[in-house]
Amino acid sequence: MAAVMKPRDPDITYSQVGTRPNRPDGVDKVTGRARYGADISAPGMLIGKVLRSPHAHARIRGIDASRAMALEGVKAVVTRDDFPALDELPEGGGEEVLVDVACNVMAREKALYEGHAVAAVAATSARVAKRALGLIAVDYEVLPHVTDVDAAMAPDAPVLHETMFTRGVEPAPSTPSNVAERTEIVLGDVAEGFAKADVIVEREFRTEAAHQGYIEPHACMASMSEDGSAEMWVCTQGHYSVRDMCAQILGLPLSRLRVTASEIGGGFGGKTTVFIEPTALALSMKSGRPVKIVMDRDEVFRASGPTSSASISMKIGATREGRITAAEGELRYQGGAFRGSPVPFGAECCFALYDTADVHLTCYDVVVNRPKQAAYRAPGAPMASFAVESVLDEIAQKLDMDPIELRLRNAVKEGSQSIYGPSFGPVGMVETLEEARGHENYQAPLGTRQGRGVATGFWPNYGGETSVTLNVLTDGTVLLSLGTPDIGGSRASMCLMAAEELGIPYERVRAIIADTNALSFNATTGGSRVTHSSGMATIQAARNAIDNMRGRVAEMWGIDVEAVEWEDGFAKPSGSNAGDFEPMSFSEIAALSSQTGGPIAGHAEINAAGAGNSFGTHVVDVEVDEQTGAVSVLRYLVVQDAGRAIHPSYVEGQYQGGAAQGIGWALNEEYIYGEDGTLQNPGFLDYRMPVASDLPMIDTVIVEVPNPSHPYGVRGVGETPIVPPLAAVANAVARATGRRLTELPMSPPRILAALSESAQAS
Amino acid sequence: MTVQVRLGSTLASAAGGRNEFEVEARNIMQLLRGLGKQYPELGPVLERGVAVSIDGQLYQDAWLQRIPPGAEVYLMPRLSGG
Repeated sequence: MAAVMKPRDPDITYSQVGTRPNRPDGVDKVTGRARYGADISAPGMLIGKVLRSPHAHARIRGIDASRAMALEGVKAVVTRDDFPALDELPEGGGEEVLVDVACNVMAREKALYEGHAVAAVAATSARVAKRALGLIAVDYEVLPHVTDVDAAMAPDAPVLHETMFTRGVEPAPSTPSNVAERTEIVLGDVAEGFAKADVIVEREFRTEAAHQGYIEPHACMASMSEDGSAEMWVCTQGHYSVRDMCAQILGLPLSRLRVTASEIGGGFGGKTTVFIEPTALALSMKSGRPVKIVMDRDEVFRASGPTSSASISMKIGATREGRITAAEGELRYQGGAFRGSPVPFGAECCFALYDTADVHLTCYDVVVNRPKQAAYRAPGAPMASFAVESVLDEIAQKLDMDPIELRLRNAVKEGSQSIYGPSFGPVGMVETLEEARGHENYQAPLGTRQGRGVATGFWPNYGGETSVTLNVLTDGTVLLSLGTPDIGGSRASMCLMAAEELGIPYERVRAIIADTNALSFNATTGGSRVTHSSGMATIQAARNAIDNMRGRVAEMWGIDVEAVEWEDGFAKPSGSNAGDFEPMSFSEIAALSSQTGGPIAGHAEINAAGAGNSFGTHVVDVEVDEQTGAVSVLRYLVVQDAGRAIHPSYVEGQYQGGAAQGIGWALNEEYIYGEDGTLQNPGFLDYRMPVASDLPMIDTVIVEVPNPSHPYGVRGVGETPIVPPLAAVANAVARATGRRLTELPMSPPRILAALSESAQAS
Repeated sequence: MTVQVRLGSTLASAAGGRNEFEVEARNIMQLLRGLGKQYPELGPVLERGVAVSIDGQLYQDAWLQRIPPGAEVYLMPRLSGG
């Protein structure tokens, strides 16, 4: 059943929730004992390597792997011929189109981007496997390519898919196009809205693709048994999704594939799908040996999804009192070589923060010869918000109005209708703005060439299918089995919630991430859903175990179970039986489990709803070096509504991490393509992510407007913090330099060019 | 029970522009099946999968969720995330 749980009585104080204990996985991680994807091995294991297309767009006329197979040590080679035909695949693939996932895993008729997998080898060593790749002869017919989103929409652009006809256009087109779909959000009448405006700002924006930049590359090991069953160990955000997609792509029953999630060195959305996993399984099927594939960093950049690049037109009008009267925009996102860019989420999120009656947004989902985009924190929202929040900042400047005041005058509140449809419940938009305005960072004096930027962000959040088992052990400790890989400290948060419910110390609860055979289905860790949904399931599992224990105590005391209440870790007689029996502690009941019915466990299998929206406000101060064009971040403040912070340190960590990634996206990170359609900077030396020494300590304020659909009030917090930084930094640069940059990243050459233009103009 | 259903976000344009529908339904399964039967123009939207917002709560694949009388109901694109 779908689950929405009533909020806890606000008068009950928390003993565990809101504390900051050490994370249970901390020691293993700092000592190197934790096992990540590449650390897994098995007897007889082979090493898999993938041959990737050197061309951005090419027809594959033939593949000859005979020389590779003849090389000593090579045990298997797989190509498109070793995967079921695309038209044989079932519907499904979770939130992705399975056919596209399968085609991305191994190219079929065409290589659609540089880095697209065309063959793979399993050999006794990495050296032999690498050598074998060089012996595979691929006959390519090189085709014209396009990597830019606007160029791909041009009528004469090279077409990637001859079967792609733009959806959402009337009459239906008769010629194929790189525009997969056109959609709109239409509210009210924008012409009327603009007629009421005293100030109108219209701008064009461009953002480049940014990679999730997780430290751990994709890694997996697959082992196929002779009896048709298989096991996989995978670095992933969702091992159930890996199981489902691999089984569907290769035609296995779900029950024959057991997947274990390794520790994960970052994901940020980039590990919510499969890239190398079906290939490793296919190689294991063919060789009869376990096969491990580990991407190198070059492959991560070339072949695993960055987010979309975008081209956006945005026009907003407002009255001189600062009320937004109308907004009109066109959002053009490329999703790599396959449909499914997150452009609808961008449209939903960029105006969700504002109570605006007249809005018209047109969205284009476009394919180009680039790797298939993958989710990246709040997919689609940062780019659209960059446009909207930049234009609002310019409106504030034209009105000579404080940028936070402008946003407060338009902020959504409980009861406001979102631009994407439903009305909001209790939300913390106003609270985050007011906290930011009152923060000391907002009052700090600024020097020359320094500027302050403000921007806000939103992500709707969702719940989803979740299973949890809670085992009570005879020594009074507890084991939690979770099915959502822990990326941001969720094991600690689940232990806190279980301890809170059971009334025992945090230290007596341990959590593991169970494999796919141990629990019912769990949706992927993503979308800011885990603390909400796995938390809700953990609380239900704990209450289920408590009910079990109350029943046993009632039998021992010879009274009705309704007369046994649970309080602070003790079963106590209540009502007319109050005082008749000595309360029994959690540990005492656990110790008697063998004699009172056997093992005690609680479990929950739910489809969590009521995730609760999350809003945030960011304030950043920057200094621009006019000689080098470098932008230094002086101060950065994140204020966000968490509903209830279960483990505040991890909430703050999410805020800081999202801000750091957004700053990188704003200032330096970009996919750079050459004329030949190949990626020019597939490594951390040339793809410049911010490191600790680039940033100040990022200040955080946790606002708590409880989510009424979660027992503790939790809202997901992982997505929203990456939404505002792009615009916040751009707004700060604009105020520091007097030049508004509308193309990201604002790298030193772009800053210098803008300053030069400014100097020439003056 | 008659449920007033609206299309949220980008779905209205995907369904040809009409935005409001009425259907007899007590839960989400009856709602989706009724919409598909009564309004063929919603076919492409429903086939690609939708989430349902009931009084601001988003439900995904929750067919047995009851719909209270007078509830605000929107069909929404399915949500995922990073």
